[in-house]
Amino acid sequence: MNDMALLLWARGPGLQIALVVFIAGMLLKLFEIFSLGRKKDLSTPRPGKAWSGLKTIFSRSLPDKTLLKRSFPTYLMGYTFHIGFFIALLFLAPHIELFRNTTGLGWPALPGALVDGISLLTIVALLLMLGYRLYHPVKRFLSTFDDYASWALTMAPLLSGYLAFHHLLLPYTQMLALHILSVELLLVCMPFTKLFHTVSLFISRWYNGDALGHKGARL
Amino acid sequence: MSDEQSLGALLREQGISRRGFLKFCGAMASLMALPGSMVPAIAAALDKALRPSVIWLSFQECTGCTESLTRSHSPTLEGLILNAISLDYHHTLQAASGEAAEAAREAAMKQFFGKYLLIVDGSIPTKDGGVYSTIAGVSNLDMLHEAAKGAAAIVAVGTCAAFGGLPHANPNPTGAVAVSDIIRDKPIINVSGCPPIPVVITGVLAHYLTFGTLPELDDLGRPKAFYGESIHDRCYRRPFYDQGKFAKTFDDEGARNGWCLFELGCKGPTTFNACATTKWNQGTSFPIESGHGCLGCSEPNFWDAGSFYHALSTPITPVGRAAAVAAAAGIVGGAAIAMHNRHVKAAARSGHQTVTVNDLEQASGETK
Amino acid sequence: MTASLQRGLNAFREVMDAPIASFFNSCVHCGLCADACLFHTETGDPKYTPIHKLEPLRKLWKREYTLLGKLAALVGLGATVSDAELEEWSPLVYDSCTLCGRCTLVCPVGNDITYMIRKMREGMAASGHAPAGLVEASRRTIELGSPMGIQTKAFMAQVRGQEEETGIDIPVDQAGADYLVIMSSMEILGYPEYLGSLARIFKQAGISWTVSSEAFEATNSGIQIGVSDIARQIVARVVDAAEKLGVKYVISPECGHAFTALRWEGPNLIGRPYKFEVVHILELLDQLRRDGRLKTEGKTGEALTLHDPCQIVRRGGIVAEPRHLVNMVASDFREMEDPGMYNWCCGGGGGVSAITEAEELRFKVFRIKKRQIEGTGAGTMVTACANCRNVLEEGLEHYKMDTRMIGITELVAEHLKQEDAS
Repeated sequence: MNDMALLLWARGPGLQIALVVFIAGMLLKLFEIFSLGRKKDLSTPRPGKAWSGLKTIFSRSLPDKTLLKRSFPTYLMGYTFHIGFFIALLFLAPHIELFRNTTGLGWPALPGALVDGISLLTIVALLLMLGYRLYHPVKRFLSTFDDYASWALTMAPLLSGYLAFHHLLLPYTQMLALHILSVELLLVCMPFTKLFHTVSLFISRWYNGDALGHKGARL
Repeated sequence: MSDEQSLGALLREQGISRRGFLKFCGAMASLMALPGSMVPAIAAALDKALRPSVIWLSFQECTGCTESLTRSHSPTLEGLILNAISLDYHHTLQAASGEAAEAAREAAMKQFFGKYLLIVDGSIPTKDGGVYSTIAGVSNLDMLHEAAKGAAAIVAVGTCAAFGGLPHANPNPTGAVAVSDIIRDKPIINVSGCPPIPVVITGVLAHYLTFGTLPELDDLGRPKAFYGESIHDRCYRRPFYDQGKFAKTFDDEGARNGWCLFELGCKGPTTFNACATTKWNQGTSFPIESGHGCLGCSEPNFWDAGSFYHALSTPITPVGRAAAVAAAAGIVGGAAIAMHNRHVKAAARSGHQTVTVNDLEQASGETK
Repeated sequence: MTASLQRGLNAFREVMDAPIASFFNSCVHCGLCADACLFHTETGDPKYTPIHKLEPLRKLWKREYTLLGKLAALVGLGATVSDAELEEWSPLVYDSCTLCGRCTLVCPVGNDITYMIRKMREGMAASGHAPAGLVEASRRTIELGSPMGIQTKAFMAQVRGQEEETGIDIPVDQAGADYLVIMSSMEILGYPEYLGSLARIFKQAGISWTVSSEAFEATNSGIQIGVSDIARQIVARVVDAAEKLGVKYVISPECGHAFTALRWEGPNLIGRPYKFEVVHILELLDQLRRDGRLKTEGKTGEALTLHDPCQIVRRGGIVAEPRHLVNMVASDFREMEDPGMYNWCCGGGGGVSAITEAEELRFKVFRIKKRQIEGTGAGTMVTACANCRNVLEEGLEHYKMDTRMIGITELVAEHLKQEDAS
């Protein structure tokens, strides 16, 4: 299979397969969670509960002020990686074109050189995150195969995208094909690894905030 | 039709000056990205080169490649055909026709067995015994096999011969394939493009004449000198891509300002060819310069690579149907796991035995 | 019937709900919860990472409630939960978790880890892996009426003692009163002056109140050990008494877990809302202050600091009230580092103070409290939970600190306006 054929497979059948597994898997996971139900809380809520779940979805994106100092590397790497990843995903022109083509929604792109720099920073952050995971006693203790696999699944699109952008290591067409394939692998695995947190964290934050809000505790 | 006379002698016979000859060698050197110091070597080599016999087979094609070759500007076609090579068979260009033409081909194949250069344009239909394209009652498939036997090397000119091209496109009713899909035991140079750039064709021939060897090839069998860089990398609109400035339609402000055509489907990033540097029509321009994105014609499967007008980063097939099927599957599968989960939980609930203070230790008490 | 692994696992299956499934799905093993947990920060041992304490529950969820886990189980992969494992986890789920809720507050993906520990204890207890101290406390509560074995006779003796002390009549079993006062056993036994203080404050404010000879105990060992069946029985005593007396409000004592049990868990345990309202004593006092019915005079110039009980701030929403009250009677109130909802636990909540085996660990983790107290330079620490107070006093003694402890209610009562109080 030549590079172009690989690229075309990635842009055609590969994407179709990945999308099917991704969408079906994500929906299935949501059913899996919500089917377990949640008992209605019969205790009288404190006033002002109404939006606490929703508020927490946003407020938990901010660092906890007491932990910021204590766990600074985790926050620094975490924010750099997540923000960088989403900028690279959402503001590189070819990516926007993908969204426009599939969803009809488009928005202005950032200059390629800027996204490029941010991507490099993101890759560095992700590398450091792996190093920190191996070094930090708690993180190492908690880590399972899922953590390392998810790391690799996330690193692959970033790295292949970066290398493709700069025509490094492999011919561009081949690297672009690998980039798209790595994204497809990420999509396929997302519902079944810890990468599912990308969706479930909103559910978790809502439940957490709703429970705290019910008690009138600050979020 | 051809003899053992050297190229240099031939050129002098034709009244080509030493100065004109060196100019031609210089142009070749620059095309092939060779250093200027190589020019005398090229001149010396070409001077002594014998006129090689060339057989040109046109199969399932549109004559576009030949049309392109006739527009070659440096060196000129006349110079090339009449002086440099001995084109013993080209059914479009040669004067002879019918049996006389075929006889000429067979004679050349016999006389120069093992030494002639075989040029092929067009793909080879293989379905149903190759009946979909025949010349003088001989299928292209058979003719290729036969002609390849005595060839020193094969040049597959055009994307059809190099990669199957347009006839190979889905659903490929004739079972069209590339030369390299059939011939495995001969050196093959792919000069892809639909059509290929004229000077690239002549440049490859000049290289062969000069050095008697094949140029360095990429992994698709194309001369690296011409196919080493992508259109995108050499495109004069590249700065706009880097700045994120894109034409959104063919007649918007961006298009008029000459911004990048990526979003309009330009395949420049994955297309390796010399268009952006060599240009077309005596070096006048190339498609992007004329306001249209690159179609990617020098790459395999370019006809099946999704719409010419959709960006490279988009799917080549619509995803809506797959998404709908996936959603349905997810809901059905989800409903099944949901029912199962509810069943497990309900069973646990009905299996609940009230825990009293006397139930907090295991029977043997071994846990405390 | 006896405890068994099967009953424990069945309880795990029962408590599993959408929030827990979502929480397990969301965890990215970032380890931030460890930095929020005093058992980890003070020992440095990764096994005290809050989310790790839930590993057996997670295993069961994965195996029985997820498609991937079920597929893995079909081909013989995926771990099952063993009795030995639960035994190993008992010190993690009980001894080293005070249900303080700090992890729940900091988790970036929003996992309510405290909620899960509470649920997991159902299975730990049903499988016979609850610590002996909590089992005995539960037995005493069910059989005698109080985790410390206090019976009506002893309670009534304390009531009479406080009547003598204050010269104020304390109404007992008075139907139709507005407020029913209940106490935690630690208060009845160790800090009966709480009741006397209430009597004086309520007299000044002109509040109609009563105590019950049937339901005076607010502490709910069922919540701490994690057995809803037992917790239900205990909370029902208070509900029955309150509804029989027809009171409008039941005043939860300072004790944090008693408040959680009565205010938040109670209606869910008995399966219906109450016919009365539950109000925490700090909420009531602050309400009286705002209404001008709580009048104090003079302010102590002593440097005071405040220990926020976890269940009252983080999981109870009462943060401003104690500060209003302390500032009312003290001129040199100093906040600790990480005050209010960020406060660090005393180390003995969630039933930990009843676990003998956990004592050494408790003193170890008290060091963070020690640093907090020393950081303020205050000689007196106010708190609003008798259990905290007891644990803190033990910690202070262990580290030979001379910090004085006082309950907020008593502190306020000490400064009641004389003419009204007399």
